[in-house]
Amino acid sequence: MPEIFLDNLKKSYGSVEVLHGIDLEMEHAEFTVLVGPSGCGKSTTLRMIAGLETVSSGEIYIDNKPVSKLEPKERDLAMVFQDYALYPHMNVEKNMSFALRLEKRPKKEIKRKVQEVAEIVGLSEYLHRKPAELSGGQRQRVAMGRALTRDSSTFLFDEPLSNLDAKLRTQMRAELAMMRQRVRKNMIYVTHDQIEAMTLADRIVVMHGGYIQQQGTPEQLFKKPANKFVAGFLGTPPMNFMPASLQRSGDDVYLSGKGFDLLCDGFTLDRLSQARSDHILLGVRPCDLDYQPDAATNAALDIDVVLSEYIGAQSVLIGDCGGQKIMVELKSDTPIALGERLRFSVDLKDLHFFNPEDDRAIG
Amino acid sequence: MSTSTSFNRLTPYVFLAPAVIIMALALLYPLGYMMYGSFREWDPSQAMGESTFVGLKNYITLWNDPNFRESTLVTLKFAVSVVTVEMFIGVGLALMLDRNLRGMSLLRTLFILPMMIAPVVVGLIWRYMYHPTLGIFNRGLKGVGLESVDWLGQHALLSVIIADIWQWTPFIFILALAALQSLPRSALEASRIDGATGWQQIIHIKLPLMMPVLIVTCLLRLIDAFKVLEVILVMTEGGPGLSTEILALRISRTATEFRELGVAAAMSNYLLMLLLFITVLMLIYNRIMEHRAAKANRMIEEAH
Repeated sequence: MPEIFLDNLKKSYGSVEVLHGIDLEMEHAEFTVLVGPSGCGKSTTLRMIAGLETVSSGEIYIDNKPVSKLEPKERDLAMVFQDYALYPHMNVEKNMSFALRLEKRPKKEIKRKVQEVAEIVGLSEYLHRKPAELSGGQRQRVAMGRALTRDSSTFLFDEPLSNLDAKLRTQMRAELAMMRQRVRKNMIYVTHDQIEAMTLADRIVVMHGGYIQQQGTPEQLFKKPANKFVAGFLGTPPMNFMPASLQRSGDDVYLSGKGFDLLCDGFTLDRLSQARSDHILLGVRPCDLDYQPDAATNAALDIDVVLSEYIGAQSVLIGDCGGQKIMVELKSDTPIALGERLRFSVDLKDLHFFNPEDDRAIG
Repeated sequence: MSTSTSFNRLTPYVFLAPAVIIMALALLYPLGYMMYGSFREWDPSQAMGESTFVGLKNYITLWNDPNFRESTLVTLKFAVSVVTVEMFIGVGLALMLDRNLRGMSLLRTLFILPMMIAPVVVGLIWRYMYHPTLGIFNRGLKGVGLESVDWLGQHALLSVIIADIWQWTPFIFILALAALQSLPRSALEASRIDGATGWQQIIHIKLPLMMPVLIVTCLLRLIDAFKVLEVILVMTEGGPGLSTEILALRISRTATEFRELGVAAAMSNYLLMLLLFITVLMLIYNRIMEHRAAKANRMIEEAH
């Protein structure tokens, strides 16, 4: 049975509809990540689940109970906010125990619970400090701790790491992943950072323009993106897109575009048989292009090197293929020079095909 | 040290000089004049030079003067009760009206109207409303068959207190509303998720976070209430008896009717000392807050 279920959830501000019918099922104790660019509706969706935004139409079910008319506190959830949303006038202990104190739990129990959670989030020494006396990372931990003391069945995270600097973010991401091992609860996590989404999620839900674009495991989404948006959104550097058309020459069929003619095999032709026309959009990830100077012309792209970005073991090459920008991942010790023309072989089964009219994936 | 460097060091003071001179003339001279006058027996027909020096006599006389004591007591009663009630109503209204309803901005504007009316006009309006036979209050009471009330006679202090509350509650209302609207939205949302009801949000989150603003507002209002004059002057002229004779009014009468400028100056100084005391409280409060912020910053730096 799904633990949380969104049924045709819509949100309008005045006459402007920003969420156009979100259907989503989340299993028990699943870590679901809503990911998408700014303004895609992911935070709104989360805030509707939390009860901080009203539901315009549709329904939210938690444990088969419709909750869209209930107050946040009646939904049995805890939330971590982007700006932490700590109570500035309370010390760490008071912040973490606020909900328990409102419930009038016994003092001993509250104290025990706070100490237990402070241990988990590494704040035991800071219980008597106020939020203003903590660093960004520590405040983040308090926010997490406050959510953990609640013992709610569901945790909501609204871009919890985006206010941290890059190094701390990576560290907190790992800690979050570890905490997740210990705490088996429903978790819904909103982020615009696809790396956070990929590393943390059991299930990724990619949103764009108020619609769900695709949902599935990180691997499913990475390997079989349902449309051009998902394909371009997940993965760094992003997927390259090139217009191409099917050209027949005798018995052979070529996938041709500016600067390339790829000979299609039976498997590829089978995939492409679902295309509506001979014109398609070809997608290839930067990591799927293989530097091979002696590859056959009909199985490779020739790329002029425009720029090389050194990141360490890998470099990202920005090149030009028949007048189009294309990015390639390359081992940094590969001897190349700017302006040089390099040949990269392509494995046909690594290619992604999209219908240029509606950007949907083919095959 | 060469002349040019010493000149350079003087430059800031040269630029500051005009402001200092104006300050001295506009602020310190009248204040000094008053201080000086308070030690003299001084009639308005005399030049200051012709008056006689009497030391602390004016202060001592006042200290033992039952009328002055009565007047101080009235002022204290007035200031404390208006500020207390205004704080409660003003903050309460702000808490109630801090929401996005249609027409709220119009309502807010209406609420602060009383504050914009000149005090003399407020005094006149209320005097006529309190009029024993023609006033709206007594006619209203009569209309529902109740006894009329002698507003400005038997209940003079209460009546002026009501008028002052009417005029100055908006001041606290707008400041409290501004404080409310600058509260961190997400902390309030977090408290909703933590299970706080509307009341619990007010008591545990909103009021504590508004406190710095409320304390300063309260002190400002208190300083102002101690100096109130026009409304009471117009409504009751301090009467009946001394029942509404607040200090400002007594000072003005001492200077004009009793022609005792020295005593009036001494009385002003007593009032000034009282207000200084409140101001110092406010400054101390500010220092404590600054000190806390500095301590917080130190702790963060240590943490890094």
